[in-house]
Amino acid sequence: MSSGRPRRAVWLRLHTLLVFLFLYAPIAILVAFSFNQTSQTAVWRGFTLEWYRKLLSNDVLLGTVRNSLIVGAAATVLSTVLGTLAALALGRHRFRGEGATRSLLYLPIIIPEVVVGAALVTFFGVAGFRLSLLTVVIAHVVFSISYVAIVVRARLSGFDRSLEEAALDLGARPVQTFFRVTLPLILPGVVAGALLVFTISIDDYVITSFVAGVGATTLPLQIYSMLKVGVTPEVNAVSTLLLAATVVLILLAQRLQQPPPERPEG
Amino acid sequence: MTASSVSIRAVTKRFGDVAAVDGVSLEIRRGEFFSLLGPSGCGKTTLLRMIGGFELPTEGSIAIEGADMTRTPPYERPVNMVFQQYALFPHLNVTENVAFGLRYRPLDRAARERRVAEVLALVQLDGLEARRPDQLSGGQRQRVALARALALEPRVLLLDEPLGALDQKLRKEVQVQLKHLQRELGITFVFVTHDQEEALTMSDRIAVMNRGRVEQSGDAARVFERPATAFVANFMGASNFFAATAAGASGGEAELALAAGGRLRVPLDGAPAPAPGAAVRFIVRPEKLDLRRRDLSERGVPSVPVSVEDRVYQGVATLWTVKDAAGARFTVYEQNERPFEESSRWQLGARLFLCFHARDADLLGGEPAP
Amino acid sequence: MSRGDERSRAAYPLILPTWVVLGVFFLLPLGVLLVISFGQRGTYGGLRPIGDLGAYLLSGKFLSQYARSLHPIYLQIFWRSLWMAVVTTGVCLLVSYPVAYYIALIAAARRRNLLLGLVVIPFWTSFLIRTYAWMFILRTEGLANRLLMAAGLTSHPLELLYNDFSVLIGLVYGELPFMILPLYASLEKLDRTLLEASADLGASARETFRRVTVPLTAPGIAAGIVLVFVPSLGQFIVSDLLGGAKTILAGNLVQNQFAVARNKPFGSAIAFEVTAAVLLLLLGYAVWTRRRGEDVLL
Repeated sequence: MSSGRPRRAVWLRLHTLLVFLFLYAPIAILVAFSFNQTSQTAVWRGFTLEWYRKLLSNDVLLGTVRNSLIVGAAATVLSTVLGTLAALALGRHRFRGEGATRSLLYLPIIIPEVVVGAALVTFFGVAGFRLSLLTVVIAHVVFSISYVAIVVRARLSGFDRSLEEAALDLGARPVQTFFRVTLPLILPGVVAGALLVFTISIDDYVITSFVAGVGATTLPLQIYSMLKVGVTPEVNAVSTLLLAATVVLILLAQRLQQPPPERPEG
Repeated sequence: MTASSVSIRAVTKRFGDVAAVDGVSLEIRRGEFFSLLGPSGCGKTTLLRMIGGFELPTEGSIAIEGADMTRTPPYERPVNMVFQQYALFPHLNVTENVAFGLRYRPLDRAARERRVAEVLALVQLDGLEARRPDQLSGGQRQRVALARALALEPRVLLLDEPLGALDQKLRKEVQVQLKHLQRELGITFVFVTHDQEEALTMSDRIAVMNRGRVEQSGDAARVFERPATAFVANFMGASNFFAATAAGASGGEAELALAAGGRLRVPLDGAPAPAPGAAVRFIVRPEKLDLRRRDLSERGVPSVPVSVEDRVYQGVATLWTVKDAAGARFTVYEQNERPFEESSRWQLGARLFLCFHARDADLLGGEPAP
Repeated sequence: MSRGDERSRAAYPLILPTWVVLGVFFLLPLGVLLVISFGQRGTYGGLRPIGDLGAYLLSGKFLSQYARSLHPIYLQIFWRSLWMAVVTTGVCLLVSYPVAYYIALIAAARRRNLLLGLVVIPFWTSFLIRTYAWMFILRTEGLANRLLMAAGLTSHPLELLYNDFSVLIGLVYGELPFMILPLYASLEKLDRTLLEASADLGASARETFRRVTVPLTAPGIAAGIVLVFVPSLGQFIVSDLLGGAKTILAGNLVQNQFAVARNKPFGSAIAFEVTAAVLLLLLGYAVWTRRRGEDVLL
């Protein structure tokens, strides 16, 4: 439908532009005002890095950043391993309980976060687990496995099985086949899954708020309490930094997933 | 007796209720080029995969060079496969692909490199060692797959329709090359294809399969000229069926009375003689049929009255479709030795006689010949 | 790797760790929560011990929390959650479809990746921050009011924040990428020649859209609806930050019962009612896709 209706195309283009504006304007405004010289927001008083300086000397905040990174790293590693194995089991084999496993893996994504958080804190209480950074890690792993499984499973479904058969045919045993052929080829999917759950973990508020113990405050929790108190440029500054970090991460992920170079004369 | 390379004994493979391969027995000889020929879904690929160890037979046994390998995994069989889509490892270059299996042999690095160079030269791929599969053409990829399999010096090489992705001209070249390669190496090749011309070009012996069963297996020329069943006849492009009634047999020949009139004596070729009065069918290949203006029955040449229904000019030959009094159709293949104006000499509707030599008549039975 | 279609025992070591982790730390806690929803709140926020279990069950007292949730105050909260989710989904659908259409069918091929990237980036950034952005803009001294006053549209600042309106904006803003992406995926797979054939057979552009495009992108529409509706139903953050005390949704109620009111049994009951609603919807979706033979994620 590329030809023939240029007027409609104009309206669609305009609409799309407005939507993108809608998506990005709030973020842009936020970033802009983090450099505002006054705490009386919405009135531009001049450029300053004062709020960033305040942030970087805010030890409490930096502590929560550290916590978030620890939780993020731990949860990512664990859930990526478990999720990848689960994807392999579902994508490669037929086994009893296959359907139930699929449903089980959908549940953590489907069930509202408040419910999962409530269930976990209740369980920890009943089981006698003290709330701490560890309980946060456990909670993050629980909802992350499914995301990894879905991403890796998608990668697996495009996988040419005959590659594994070829490896077996050439003398590689199943384990060797996995490490020399399967894993290298699903690695982009595994990395994508890992990046996804890391981002989700860093950003999680609801579930973490239920299961974090004293001293286990993560960055979102800290930001949240800052937000509840009120709007200040410091919050804008934190937001901007977090946004910048995320964008860097995305660009990195893009780079890692570069397609191989084009084919020359063949 | 020639040594057997692959012995397939009463092998059946069931998927649920469906038998993809049904009670197949074949002996493939050492050093021969053997083709499994048939339409898609006939079970030929499943059979090949069972020889390779990628499927387990539901019943029966498979022995390779005398050793029973029915349940042996692929990595322990002296057999290698060239896959239909080549299955080249996309994350490895040509050298790494070809050297993949050598890792599991007791060879040192230098020996491995030598072997890779050797086998790449064999398939004429030197110079492309560092390329990745997506940087190669279809024909080159096919050769890498071949080299990779041959690097391990298998006893039997399995090829699963490896020429399907190549264009016509390249296909024909590769067919000849593969044939020469096989002769040179002396390895047993088991080749799967649905193209009868391809099978004939390359094979020593052919097994024609249909719905999980072998309809006929034997020397290539024999299967072509003397199809044993209607299916094989149709598949090999010989679907000229003549109806007749048996009238006795003697001296290795059966006496038949043609439905269209006239009698002829047809070679039995070791098959049992049909009972007198039984209705039988025989085929004559299109290129062995002739169209004549005159009835040649007095001279002992079977002649069936027909009328011309269609004519297709194919450059090298003309294909005539003719119809007899009973409405049965026959295809006549006439090589265009004469110039175009003369080869189109007969009009549609012309009344002619369909003639052939009795020795070219192939009597159809229900049993596949061994 | 399993050969043929035989059941494989090789799968078990792969799937066992996941079964254990999810069984112990997901299913079990949910079970505990369910059991608690049949209980009664103790004096200090724990559980009141139940003396005679038999009598407790027979008297129907174990359903008291669920009965309580049917009180008008709470029904109002459920109702608000429901219509907010519906409106959010509807707005997202209407806003997103043209965007997805533009990117999939009109924009130049090389621009497409860029445009999609632009849609996806907000999805990767912090939800908290994106919601905070609207707090920043909609507050009394915020940008929106300043612009409105500067443009002369109003003489004093409007109450743009802490009401249903701000929550809706926040929800739509947060969920938009989740509607655009599945719509795009569906539209991208659309066979253009079908649109051309429709025009060739005499259908106007509007008719082609209604009779060809929309039905063929039904899977994308359904997926988008589910991806937006479900999180909206269980929403907590947006209503907490942008809704203030006036706009309480089901998610806020649950959190409130656990964190503030310390009434775990009641909170659990509400939690399960929300979960039941969500699962029901998804069951419907699963049945719908199965009947159409669509691809599944796992």
